[in-house]
Amino acid sequence: MDFSLSEEQQLFRDAVARFVQNEYSFEARKKIVASPKGWSDEVWAKLAEMGLLGVTFAEADGGLGGTAVDLMVVMQELGRGIVVEPYLATVVLGGGAVAIAGTHAQRQAILPGVVAGERQLALAYGEPQARFGLHDVATTARRDGAGHLLSGKKSVVLNGATADTLVVSARTAGAQRDTQGITLFLVGRGAQGVTASDYRTIDGLRAADVVLDGVRVGADAVLGQMDGGLEALERAVDLGAAALCAEAVGVIEQLNALTLDYLRTRQQFGQPIGRFQALQHRAVDMLVHAEQVKSIACLAAAQAQSGVTRERRRAVSAAKSLVGRSGRAIAQEATQLHGGMGVTLDLPAAHYSKRLTMIDFWLGDSDWHSERFAAAA
Amino acid sequence: MDLQYTPEEQAFREEVRAFVRAKLPREISEKVLNHRRVVKEDYVRWQKILHEKGWIAANWPIEHGGTGWTAVQQHIFDEECAAAGAPRLIPFGLSMVAPVIIQFGSAWQKSHYLPRILSSADWWCQGYSEPGSGSDLASLKTRAARQGDHYVVNGQKTWTTLAQYADMIFCLVRTDSSVKPQEGISFLLIDMHSPGVTVRPLYLYDEEHEVNEVFFDDVRVPVANLVGSEGKGWTYAKYLLGHERTGITGVGASKRELTLLKDIAAREVRDGVPLTADPAFRRKIAEAEIDLLALEMTLLRVLSNRSRPGPEASILKIKGTEVQQALTELMMEALGPAALPFSRRVIEEGGAAGPLAPDYAAPLAARYFNWRKASIYGGSNEIQRNIIAQQVLGL
Repeated sequence: MDFSLSEEQQLFRDAVARFVQNEYSFEARKKIVASPKGWSDEVWAKLAEMGLLGVTFAEADGGLGGTAVDLMVVMQELGRGIVVEPYLATVVLGGGAVAIAGTHAQRQAILPGVVAGERQLALAYGEPQARFGLHDVATTARRDGAGHLLSGKKSVVLNGATADTLVVSARTAGAQRDTQGITLFLVGRGAQGVTASDYRTIDGLRAADVVLDGVRVGADAVLGQMDGGLEALERAVDLGAAALCAEAVGVIEQLNALTLDYLRTRQQFGQPIGRFQALQHRAVDMLVHAEQVKSIACLAAAQAQSGVTRERRRAVSAAKSLVGRSGRAIAQEATQLHGGMGVTLDLPAAHYSKRLTMIDFWLGDSDWHSERFAAAA
Repeated sequence: MDLQYTPEEQAFREEVRAFVRAKLPREISEKVLNHRRVVKEDYVRWQKILHEKGWIAANWPIEHGGTGWTAVQQHIFDEECAAAGAPRLIPFGLSMVAPVIIQFGSAWQKSHYLPRILSSADWWCQGYSEPGSGSDLASLKTRAARQGDHYVVNGQKTWTTLAQYADMIFCLVRTDSSVKPQEGISFLLIDMHSPGVTVRPLYLYDEEHEVNEVFFDDVRVPVANLVGSEGKGWTYAKYLLGHERTGITGVGASKRELTLLKDIAAREVRDGVPLTADPAFRRKIAEAEIDLLALEMTLLRVLSNRSRPGPEASILKIKGTEVQQALTELMMEALGPAALPFSRRVIEEGGAAGPLAPDYAAPLAARYFNWRKASIYGGSNEIQRNIIAQQVLGL
């Protein structure tokens, strides 16, 4: 049993931390968020240069051949800076699906471009009626010669409008909520019939609602098994959920540190407010939550790529459920302890609180993961 | 990072499991697994079995008769014993006073008391709290006045767990009233059979006689029973509390209780559906289980990082007791109206408290009430928060 990071991982972590510290200030982030695209090409190029975009891909696909634990190290540091660049969407979710399900040719066609920072991806699986379920797929793919015609609606697709390629789940057989009969397709965002309406999300990211209206794709667009795409989709989303938990650890550590600073410096009644026991105990509860989240995020990372489905589901869902509950609790306390400042737009802590709260709404919320955890027991 | 147990650790787990399966008396495990009252003879019988095997003092150094196990091995041992329904090891001697004697005691204290703790020859209890000194422990008033080769002790301790069984008590006493409260405290080992010691039962609201008041009326204690130096008792007390708090985490026992909770929930039905399939109740169980899983990882993280936990032991105490209490609460909730019938005799001897209620229901509401103590003892959870606020957060 060993929770320590290898020397390589520590060096890697320090490099990402330095980048976030030196080049991703709160002011810089604010400008990026307000830009038309919502993320920065310059930052993305820097992430590519640092090798971050290939962490989990096999060396044969141009990656570093790392594990979910290496990914955890990166995500924690990105969380510390609430970095908005589409790392999760491109590298973890979209890239994850391609790495898991793609043929050699598909991986070669896509992943080296991702690693180089030249290609953006998105995983378009959510639908308005599906909530967090991966199997509730109304989008259809009809046979059309050797290829398919895709029609349907994909909602809140992270990075949906700036991705070059969308990984789309569509029904090729069965009824709307069957677990069988789902197939993943690679769809160019520029393909005829694809409309992606871009919007901001309240936690500073960009997502899009994507409408597919008779989009024609070739035989080579099928990613993974025909009718059996759910498993690969689930694995990619699990890797994403574990990565989000790691991001949450970084967000929480930074938010707790900011809150502690405020408790030490803000004066009322002639003393720092951190002297008041009512506030001290709330700060301690934030720390207890943080320690629990840190522990369970390690477990999720350790199991996120497990071949044993039950183990993977249990660990990832345990972590995501706890991150949802504890994250919301921490964000609420942090806001409360900052007083009026906590609800202003100018305060960094407010943005950390928002991101931390909304992490629960990506890739399955606490209730959804608690139920999934119970079902996997 | 590698969160798998090593092959050696897995082999160790198998060894412990096989031993416990072979040696733990069924009469005892039945009591534990059915939440019946465990009595002194049960505790001592199990402790002697472990002593014979050389496994009684998991946390002691080898030279004093300990196992020399790593923290992870200790956790595995704890987990396997708890899962099989072994009673807890009474901590007062083994994991509270012994580490203090090992660290600060005299050669005589080590050679005399440690073997007697190992063999369960002495049952120890803890003399910390007083009627006027709970969370504010340093204000304690029990006095020890030096007279030649003896201290003469006068005062009262309270909440003394299982003092009715005890042969020895380790006591914080005031030896100097002229200095800062913390600096006038000494750590004394007192024979409970001494003239002038009186034990009076306190019944908790589950009607169990678990704690006591202990009165000292001109009790003569040899100076040889002073641990370390006079006036340094507070330092030793804090050293001991660090040990107590990690022990209180209780991950092994909570994992067992979670299993029992699921068993009960599978047998209790709502609208003809077992509670394990009832969405609301199932989610409550899942969340308790997830909290426990995170706690286990936190414990292992703390244990694998350093040998002796610092102030983070307080985090473990808070979360550990919250989980314990959540589990007792869910077990009671699972019963619905069957939680109501009560019989003290049935909790001791087995059976059902109401003719139509299942046997497993009888102790569970009492147990819920009993476990409200967990967030109060060992330094209340609010005191733990004070400690963390000061020592970890620097507020």
